[in-house]
Amino acid sequence: MASKVQVPAKTQTTSQGFLYSALILGWLVPGAGHVLTGRWVRGLLLFVSIASMFWLGLAMQGKLYVPNTGDVLDMLGFAGDLGNGLFYALGRIFDLGHGAVQIATADYGTKFVVVAGLLNFISAVDAHNLRIGRKA
Amino acid sequence: MLAPSHFSAVLLFATFASVVFGITQRSTPKAMVQYGLYCWSIFVGVVIVASWVMWLIRR
Repeated sequence: MASKVQVPAKTQTTSQGFLYSALILGWLVPGAGHVLTGRWVRGLLLFVSIASMFWLGLAMQGKLYVPNTGDVLDMLGFAGDLGNGLFYALGRIFDLGHGAVQIATADYGTKFVVVAGLLNFISAVDAHNLRIGRKA
Repeated sequence: MLAPSHFSAVLLFATFASVVFGITQRSTPKAMVQYGLYCWSIFVGVVIVASWVMWLIRR
């Protein structure tokens, strides 16, 4: 998928402080990186979309992957789940994920959770690009 | 337990993913809306076409 985002010839640093704050904050809390850069509406829309996807996934009895299972697909699922930042931590702390996927709805829920994490990675990188002035 | 139909799950997935794609892949609000709608229609359209193809294969 080709991106039509216009990239300026020279990277401009438009903000002061820790350079990766939007990236890290955006990863921990979906949309927070955009809020940090002053894009409140974008941040709110991203938060609602990613949070809805994550929590609906769990409501559909989705599985939360754990590290070190020895299965490559589980590791990939864990990498995707990790993108949810604090949501994933909350899910693990309160044991909200379901261990075994036995019905189709639970399979959809598992995919919802993984994709929510992957979308949050994209969102955090976008917030970082806004922070460093690579994107308008 | 939340148990949406297969098509409802597709609509939810397409909506949330399209919002994120629109915001992150375009720079202006107008372009974001246009690209989000484009992604949503592609998501849903491909699912409908694939469903009919599977139905035809099964017959």
